[in-house]
Amino acid sequence: MSSAAVTTPGIASATGEIRFDAVTKRYGEVTVIDDLSLTIEPGTFYALLGPSGCGKTTTLRMVGGFELPTEGNIYLDGADVSHLPPNKRDVNTVFQSYALFPHLTVLKNVMFGLERRGVGKAEVQRRATEALDAVELGHLAERKPTALSGGQQQRVALARALVNRPHALLLDEPLGALDLRLRRQLQVEIKRVHAEVGITFVHVTHDQEEAMTMADVIAVMNRGRIEQAGSARDLYDTPQTAFVANFLGQSNLIDATVTGTDGEWTVVQTHDGVKLKAPTDRVAATTGKLAVGVRPEKVWIWDRIEEADAGERENKLTARVTSSAFLGVSMEYRVETAAGDELIVTVQNNRRNASPPYANGTEVELSWAPEHTFVVAVGADV
Amino acid sequence: MFRDRRKLIPWYFALPGLLWLLVFFLLPLVNQVGVSVMSGDPEAGYDLTWSFSNYSDAIDQYWPQIERSLVYAFAATVIDLAIAFPLAYFIAFKAGRWKGFLLLMVVLPFFMSQVLRTVSWQLILTDNGWVVSQLKGIGIVGDEGRVLATSWAVIGGIAYNYLPFMVLPLYASLDRLDRRLIEAATDLYASRPTAFRKVTIPLATPGIFAGSLLCFIPATGDFVNAALLGSSKQYMIGNVIQTNFLTVLDYPTAAALSFFLIGLILVGISIYSALLGTKNLTEVAG
Ligand SMILES: Nc1ncnc2c1ncn2[C@@H]1O[C@H](COP(=O)(O)OP(=O)(O)OP(=O)(O)O)[C@@H](O)[C@H]1O
Ligand SMILES: [Mg+2]
Repeated sequence: MSSAAVTTPGIASATGEIRFDAVTKRYGEVTVIDDLSLTIEPGTFYALLGPSGCGKTTTLRMVGGFELPTEGNIYLDGADVSHLPPNKRDVNTVFQSYALFPHLTVLKNVMFGLERRGVGKAEVQRRATEALDAVELGHLAERKPTALSGGQQQRVALARALVNRPHALLLDEPLGALDLRLRRQLQVEIKRVHAEVGITFVHVTHDQEEAMTMADVIAVMNRGRIEQAGSARDLYDTPQTAFVANFLGQSNLIDATVTGTDGEWTVVQTHDGVKLKAPTDRVAATTGKLAVGVRPEKVWIWDRIEEADAGERENKLTARVTSSAFLGVSMEYRVETAAGDELIVTVQNNRRNASPPYANGTEVELSWAPEHTFVVAVGADV
Repeated sequence: MFRDRRKLIPWYFALPGLLWLLVFFLLPLVNQVGVSVMSGDPEAGYDLTWSFSNYSDAIDQYWPQIERSLVYAFAATVIDLAIAFPLAYFIAFKAGRWKGFLLLMVVLPFFMSQVLRTVSWQLILTDNGWVVSQLKGIGIVGDEGRVLATSWAVIGGIAYNYLPFMVLPLYASLDRLDRRLIEAATDLYASRPTAFRKVTIPLATPGIFAGSLLCFIPATGDFVNAALLGSSKQYMIGNVIQTNFLTVLDYPTAAALSFFLIGLILVGISIYSALLGTKNLTEVAG
């Protein structure tokens, strides 16, 4: 796991180091967050990614102070904030539903935090106006939030939080309610704002593409634990668990065991005896329940009858096409190996003499470069 | 006027309601406006003589009762607000699965007629009853004092009778209040009390407004409480109207007083809603 903390150039010392030290959160008998330890480097755009109910919101709310940990401590820039109320913490939140005050104008919404902190009247007015201008909503300052579109409300929520210059900004699925086009647009905008302010952003999402577009570090959560944290490339290229391999993009996983290693390369054997090679540094575990994997776009597919003698290839499997789909940029084949594993192969539609797609039932050979192989631990819950 | 026939449809829907208002509200009202400017006496009957002096005469004669009605109704409304806000807040925010049960408890007294309920208070507070002797024991009521036939008994009775009218609208607006707004306020450095003052109260204002009106308006015209818990010294305008209609049979005076009361309340509501800025509030509520 490489730390991809990005310190924004131009800002002397980014603030907003968030540290969880063995944090557990229980509601009654139910453990929602299980012994969570993590460090978010100052200035990082950190995405919490995971399926519904895995504890992303709970984690974020413990940083904001809306939930208190049952065990363990949370530190913000070195100070223990575990049991401080929200108003005593130098973080601000963009709520999923925006939670704009309906009885106040847009400008008054943005002024709310500064007023509470006893900033001078003129200063409050000036900074709030500035913050609204920064999100291009200066002209709507006197409107009530209910008279704004979803995207505009989202921007107000962003301005209302950032105007306070918090050490960290917490965003709970801030784009969840918006349509795809607007999502894309605001993803870019939030990313730009992050680069400008240089503080830590913790962004909760269950959209892997959103996490990959925006985040410096993605933490994949599952059942109250972080399975793996790292850059999008780290997670995609060297997933450490089957859960991560499946959650971030698609993966072909086959149950396997490690049979030997000769330094750079590790040999694994699939459950039906096929030997495959994987780079040793992409083998996440050698004991326990394991699976060998490869991404669908890394796999070559060959017609066994016509092309089988096209040379010696490593990491081969034989299979039969069960279905295919034309996806524009690519063809997606679903194939079944002799051992009954269902795999996916995507083929870019960029061959010069685009051959007709393989019909269902075609006997094919799959192969891929050994360096694209990875080995992951299979948890109880894939 | 209606180029588009579809614009007529809402009016069709409103028709039964409009007819209802016409027959059961407007007709009697117009009829009573007529009565209020008649003159004559109970034996000979009354004739329409457009004697508008009925109004000034009635107001002059019964000013103390008019004043008393407003004071009692105001006091009862304030007492109800003070009791109902914490109660409604508790039911909306803290009661959990007891919500339904507690709301039922609030409206349960309504299953019994107002007169019966008030009569039972009369019995409870009776001069040589247990409650009064206890109050005498701890010195709240003097040895010769009584609870019945005091302003406090009447105000208390009114407050008791109209409490649910205050609780229900308050509950409705508090229950609808998005908890995340309070979280957002604390996130923006407001302490719990500040969040309450800056977010909860403003958003509960439509409920406060509706509740106060639902209490104040019927309380102003109430006569049951003054009749059963008070004496003629506590009579309110409602008692005067009732006596004039049913006992003295001075219909014009009773009608004139009724219309004066309606006018007074309408003016009161306009001032009140201007003060609370209900235009903005209905926007928020909607
Ligand atoms: N107040 C509570 N009492 C009991 N259980 C709770 C409470 N709040 C959350 N949970 C449980 O904790 C788990 C994690 O909830 P959380 O809201 O953190 O999930 P999430 O990852 O944000 O999911 P989503 O993507 O659906 O928002 C869920 O199983 C949820 O049912
Ligand atoms: Mg959530």
